[in-house]
Amino acid sequence: MERIGMPAVHICAITPVAQMVGSNRILPAQKIINPVGNADLSPAEEKKLRRSIVEKALNALQTEIEEQRIFY
Amino acid sequence: MIRVVHYLNQFFGGIGAENKAHVEPQVIEGPVGPGRAIQNEFGDWGVVVATVVCGDNYFAENIEKASQEVERLISTYHPDLVMAGPAFHAGRYGIACGAVCKTVQDKLGIPTVTAMYKENPGSDLFRSDVYIIETGESARLMGDAISKMGKFAYRLVTGQKIGSPSEEGYFPRGLLVNEISDKPGAERVIDMLLLKLRGEPFESEVPRPIYDRVRPAPPIRKIGVATIALVTDGGLVPKGNPDKIEIRTATHFGRYDIKNIDALNPTDYEVSHEGYDSVFVRQDPNRLVPVDVMRDLEKEGLIGKLHDKFYSTTGVANIVEVMKKLGKAIAEELKAEGVSGALLTST
Repeated sequence: MERIGMPAVHICAITPVAQMVGSNRILPAQKIINPVGNADLSPAEEKKLRRSIVEKALNALQTEIEEQRIFY
Repeated sequence: MIRVVHYLNQFFGGIGAENKAHVEPQVIEGPVGPGRAIQNEFGDWGVVVATVVCGDNYFAENIEKASQEVERLISTYHPDLVMAGPAFHAGRYGIACGAVCKTVQDKLGIPTVTAMYKENPGSDLFRSDVYIIETGESARLMGDAISKMGKFAYRLVTGQKIGSPSEEGYFPRGLLVNEISDKPGAERVIDMLLLKLRGEPFESEVPRPIYDRVRPAPPIRKIGVATIALVTDGGLVPKGNPDKIEIRTATHFGRYDIKNIDALNPTDYEVSHEGYDSVFVRQDPNRLVPVDVMRDLEKEGLIGKLHDKFYSTTGVANIVEVMKKLGKAIAEELKAEGVSGALLTST
């Protein structure tokens, strides 16, 4: 996607792999088996958490970068 | 007698399957599972004094912390050699094996060897740091892998000269070693070119890296009018898996309609992916493909539009070249449909 000019955010638990394969905009996921969630939280809290991660991802899409970056 | 500590994941360590992928590092005295085969391979010259076992998810999600914990456990045995795996095509396991070997080598100065298949991400991440013997893809080839590891380990730990990657069977480490050749470079490259033109196999003297770097795309300026798409390699598919996305080594992807859907309903989806325990995602698919939150953001005007399809394939035991093609196809489709940016969620 990045190659054709479309920004993409890679939400991924194992960030070294994302870096290795060349993802430019990387966002650490919660867990491998639960990337944008947390089963320990109540559904309402979990959705809030998911929203905060997705908002970070959208911010990353709007951020100019020169090289690979992990958006913590 | 050479003292060896062996590293295994939870599966080969006999703790459990994906359901135990979260277990923290622990020690078992003596050899376990494949470690027994290693012990047999050693015969008289070595003994597996202990086995350190760790869950693949625990390690992959806490690489630094887990590496240190494993290194501490290993150090109490004062081994002469550490071996890890073989990991074959198991990605998280390969990463753990590479990380354990690197940490032990760097912190304890102990020689290490591990082994995995060429498509294992662990081989790309760690081949420059540690000796990784090349294995076939499947654990059915365990006997062959153990034999290669054992023979190499003996040469390594007894201080013998280690030959080139192709001689010894390990992945090239990115080291340029000067060798004397009977032919000048110009002749060698013409020979290679002629082989290539005839479609015959040849060996490059300086292989290109597999992963290229792409210039970052410009950011989205007006996200309030932009269409954003959701893409995943977590293998989420509609119930019945209509496109028959494979549970591993995927050859294609699917596009799934989410127009007018406010949140993914667990009864409508399943997971076709054997590389992770999908219980949480099956309970609530929005944990993988966050349609619910994206729809809220769309309604609030914070994004222009959530693209009316999500794209899905399965990212386990894949061939890099195949995935490159799928990625290209997905990107081109998204572009043609007016999508400005995407979120890709990986498991």
